[in-house]
Amino acid sequence: MAQVFGPGANTLAKLSIVLGVFAIAGGLALLDSVSRSSYVRYTKLARPQPVPFSHKHHALMGIDCRYCHTTVEEHASANIPPTSVCMNCHTMVWADSPMLEPVRESWRTGEPIKWTRVHDLPEFVYFDHSAHVNKGIGCATCHGRVDEMPLVWKEKPLYMKWCLECHRSPEEFIRPREDIFNMAYKTPANQPEVGAELVEEYEVKTYNHRLTDCWICHR
Amino acid sequence: MPSLRPEDMNITRDDLMNGHRPGQRATILAPRGDDPVQQQQNEVFDAELNRRLDIGEVREKLAGKEGPAFWQSMEELSEHPDFTELMEREFPRMAPRFSEVDRRGFLKLMGASMAMAGLTACTKQPTERIVPYVRAPEEFIPSKSTFFATSMTLGGYAMGLLAESHMGRPTKIEGNELHPASLGSSDAFAQAAILGLYDPDRSKKVLQQGVPSTWAMFRNAMVAQLQMELNTQGAGLRIVTEPVTSPSIAAWIHRVMERFPRAKWVPYDAIGRDHAKAGAQAAFGEHVDTIYHFDRADVVVALDVDFLGEGPAHVRYARDFSARRNMAEDGVQMNRLYAVECVPSMTGATADHAIPMRASDIEKFARAIARYLGIDAPGTDLDASRAMHAKLIADDLKKAGSKAAIVVGERQPAAVHALAHALHDVLGAAGDAVTYIDPVEVDAPERQSSLKELAEDMEAGRVRAIAFLDVNPAYNAPADLNFASLMEQVPFKAHLGLYNDETAQLCHWHVPMTHFLEGWGDARAFDGTLSIIQPLIEPLYDCHTVHEVLAATLGDEEQSAYDLVKSYWQENGLADEKAWRRVLHDGVWEGSAFPAKDLRAKTRIDASHTQESGLELVFSADTATWDGRFANNAWLQEMPRALSKLTWDNVVMMAPSTAEQLNVAKGDVVTLTVEDRTVNGPVWVMPGHAPDSVSVQLGYGRTAVGAVGNGIGFNAYALRSSSAPWIQPRAQIALAGERYPLATTQRHHQMDGIKDRNLVRIASLDYFLKNPAFAHKKSHDPKEDQTMFPLYDYSQGYQWGMTINLNTCIGCNACLVACQAENNIPVVGKNEVANGREMHWIRIDRYYSGDLDKPDTHMQPVTCMHCEKAPCEPVCPVAATVHSADGLNQMVYNRCIGTRYCSNNCPYKVRRFNFLQYTDETTPQLKLLRNPNVTVRTRGVMEKCTYCVQRISKKRIAAERDHRTLQDGEVQTACQQACPTRAIVFGDINNPDSEVTRMKAHPLNYALLGELNVRPRTTYLAKVKNTHPAWAGEPKA
Repeated sequence: MAQVFGPGANTLAKLSIVLGVFAIAGGLALLDSVSRSSYVRYTKLARPQPVPFSHKHHALMGIDCRYCHTTVEEHASANIPPTSVCMNCHTMVWADSPMLEPVRESWRTGEPIKWTRVHDLPEFVYFDHSAHVNKGIGCATCHGRVDEMPLVWKEKPLYMKWCLECHRSPEEFIRPREDIFNMAYKTPANQPEVGAELVEEYEVKTYNHRLTDCWICHR
Repeated sequence: MPSLRPEDMNITRDDLMNGHRPGQRATILAPRGDDPVQQQQNEVFDAELNRRLDIGEVREKLAGKEGPAFWQSMEELSEHPDFTELMEREFPRMAPRFSEVDRRGFLKLMGASMAMAGLTACTKQPTERIVPYVRAPEEFIPSKSTFFATSMTLGGYAMGLLAESHMGRPTKIEGNELHPASLGSSDAFAQAAILGLYDPDRSKKVLQQGVPSTWAMFRNAMVAQLQMELNTQGAGLRIVTEPVTSPSIAAWIHRVMERFPRAKWVPYDAIGRDHAKAGAQAAFGEHVDTIYHFDRADVVVALDVDFLGEGPAHVRYARDFSARRNMAEDGVQMNRLYAVECVPSMTGATADHAIPMRASDIEKFARAIARYLGIDAPGTDLDASRAMHAKLIADDLKKAGSKAAIVVGERQPAAVHALAHALHDVLGAAGDAVTYIDPVEVDAPERQSSLKELAEDMEAGRVRAIAFLDVNPAYNAPADLNFASLMEQVPFKAHLGLYNDETAQLCHWHVPMTHFLEGWGDARAFDGTLSIIQPLIEPLYDCHTVHEVLAATLGDEEQSAYDLVKSYWQENGLADEKAWRRVLHDGVWEGSAFPAKDLRAKTRIDASHTQESGLELVFSADTATWDGRFANNAWLQEMPRALSKLTWDNVVMMAPSTAEQLNVAKGDVVTLTVEDRTVNGPVWVMPGHAPDSVSVQLGYGRTAVGAVGNGIGFNAYALRSSSAPWIQPRAQIALAGERYPLATTQRHHQMDGIKDRNLVRIASLDYFLKNPAFAHKKSHDPKEDQTMFPLYDYSQGYQWGMTINLNTCIGCNACLVACQAENNIPVVGKNEVANGREMHWIRIDRYYSGDLDKPDTHMQPVTCMHCEKAPCEPVCPVAATVHSADGLNQMVYNRCIGTRYCSNNCPYKVRRFNFLQYTDETTPQLKLLRNPNVTVRTRGVMEKCTYCVQRISKKRIAAERDHRTLQDGEVQTACQQACPTRAIVFGDINNPDSEVTRMKAHPLNYALLGELNVRPRTTYLAKVKNTHPAWAGEPKA
């Protein structure tokens, strides 16, 4: 009877066991790095929008963040502005620009503009902007240099692990309240001392690891 | 291939939601016997179904006990092994989801699910959109909630409410502190009303004989028909409405009556207040409304009435009454309540002396009391023990003098009401504990007719056009009128209502009605205070208000509901825009309460007809469906009724002695016969029910209300006759030979300690005054440092705690429904309730003590105790439940994998597990209903009371934003806010001035199961009863 397995079969068997381990490990490593890649996390990936709104352009003109994101200091949601805020200026400025046609159409027809959400936390995370803004966390800390983004991308992954970096030691990221909306603020060299002072002054509740209590974010 | 049956592969989400086998839709009633899985489920019903309880055995067990014994159900008392199994197994025989799975199949399944569980993590987050407004309304911010004042009416009477609105849709109802009928609290009906707004079964379109039509078509038809009626001056026109307190609706009805001078208006309410009105008429010669001031009453006698649980003013009365029972406050002179009642109620449970008495005998009793006090009220003599009780009550009333109040229920005939008025007069209570005002309900005696007269007119063919405005007589009219069949003779019928109900289906036109949360209107409260009803949301469907339909009858040019209401008020005192806005803002028109009248009552009560002996049949309005209008409200259907803890059914209630006499047991189906009408219903043996009396609850057995309510229970209206709507003598009862499973929660989530751990601590007032710390006498709570675990530093920041006052809790379930509304708690259906899987985070345990026939009843709401040394925390394998720095036991849904070890370890059994996909994630209306600040849980996660952490967070963040600390009372949990009696106190125990700190320092304060050393943050204030020293059988400490 002819042999089913040739002489190389033994080698193949031993090799495949050894390589199999590496293959599985490699496969898991691949999965791991893919899931941390910007493909999956959408970091540094400018998202296409119905209107190519440029924060860079508008911030350069001196418009404060809060002109549009009106409720960032009072409420959990920072509020994407309604079409009426755009039209406050754009009935007069660039009133005929083809790029702004979707905005004008929205204004005309009453159909809202459907923006693509860039900073999207899962539904079981309850994030409150006002709590952060009032306690010395600048916009740029989490959102990056939005004032230099022609189209918005997610600068930070917004994973819980990343949030915990600050929640475990807020003194590393806290800044004076006057500089919250200052996008160009640079962390000073003596941040540990400055940070510790600010944490104390702004009454950031760090006793008993309060900031890492689950129910601060997950209800 | 796992050995699942092919049908199992077709399990739809719908089936999972209802816990049913594929192919069965909404069998919320008794499970079918042929399906093997259903049979296994039946085994859970076993203890209730197949084992008939021997009451004699129970009596023996109870007689042998020494000292105070607390028991929740007679099954438990019997100590029969089948019943004790439920106690020992926390999760009673779990109905398996698969029919048979062998070992190999099981392992394959487990392996597959393990692999697939891991894979679910490997997905990209789906892209979401942000869609702002084009022109944003002010105040509409995604995370912000706004509150608007409005009112809810029941039977025409208003209770002021605040509705919380998220992004333009109402999600929660609270009480309105400025409104006299609410004082900031609400009841179960008000809390559940929000579900009524979003009920997917509400009617959505105008229907012409079942075919969808439009409002314009209806209006044209209505105008045309009424043009014809003008020829006869409206002789054939009838307008049937609920009792009307609304001045604007009254004005419109008046205009209709003027246009059609021979038309008649029929104010109709299946529950109604006919006897109360007749009694006032007999006593004063005019119709007046009675207002009780329980804050001033020292002695209260309740004759067959649940004034704490039902009635237009019950929330207010509960608050006032409980304030006089709150022994945790200084300087409170405790009142005394005698409740003479046929059917046990919350009032009886709260009473110092609950006297079960046949409804037909109560008049005799009341007359005897009256005679002792010098009123000419002839009647037969009572037997010795009753006579003694009557004398004691009379003496007590006499001592109280002007601080006495006698409340009489609608069930009692007019003579008893007149008697109460006479008593108030003689005692001097009129003007003090009791005041009289002009009737709040609008009357038009010459233009009104009763339902009976209407039926007679219909039979004689005199009715040509009839409009039913928010009434349903085809369902709830007394059966002897045969109203549904009479309706066929009327040539033009129009119906306005929330549902395409039994009456609508017989009408030519059906118009959907606006829910009070989406329509304009006005109404008066029990004391005359006016409030405007304003909408929180545009009508969800093609809905219209009563005003609009009345305006259509007049053929006026069409106006919106807003214009109709506003124009009326502009001409009647609110012309000033600022005044109008103030009334809208406050929810009350300050100063619009009716002034008290000075009246003398007749102190001679005529002799009554002889009372019949023998079995009587008594009707009660149901505490969940009222007269049937809430039958489709799943929250109310699933709400365990206060005394019986039943859900999803009505029953034929009777006393243990009556059950023994008739040889029936709980769950037996009996046939009730009144004249030639019969109805079948299951028996419920109710300790404390009057003997020789059988009671049924109205509001069930509906056929046209929606998927939730259809076919639930039996229709007791079929037994009701117009001559005896409340007490039916000469009823017959016979065994029907079947058994019927009843889903009650009374034995679910039982704590192991009912016998020996002093769960309920109670003493008489005398004993309490001598031993204020009686609640601690028998407890063996360990000392602060007596623990293996390291002590935790709770000295910083807010530390949340709660006390529940057993003196003031009446067991009304407002907290239960409020919690369900606030926290997106799902409804599970009858089968799952029977399996012990109801999801309510707060449960109200009801304990009996004493005699089986005349027990004392005690209510104890139990929520998560947020133990400082929580036994649930160390056992979670994934740390899904951990402790926060401010004392909360946190439940993190996203970490939970459903081990259920935490629930196993909880001694209070307050944790609830989503065994199935109970939450409806698809119906669009229900998505609007949900509170966006609370995660909606899916199948497989544990949940429990969170001390309303979303409310704590909201207020805490707001305070931090404003750089201040929270004031006491700023954070209110949903249960605390809803409670009519303010029994629940919540706050910061680190704040020395907070109310909760004060309560916890009181000697009455004790921890439930404190000896387990779990350090619960929720503690209780022991109950004190003001029993009469000469009355036999006072409670021992």
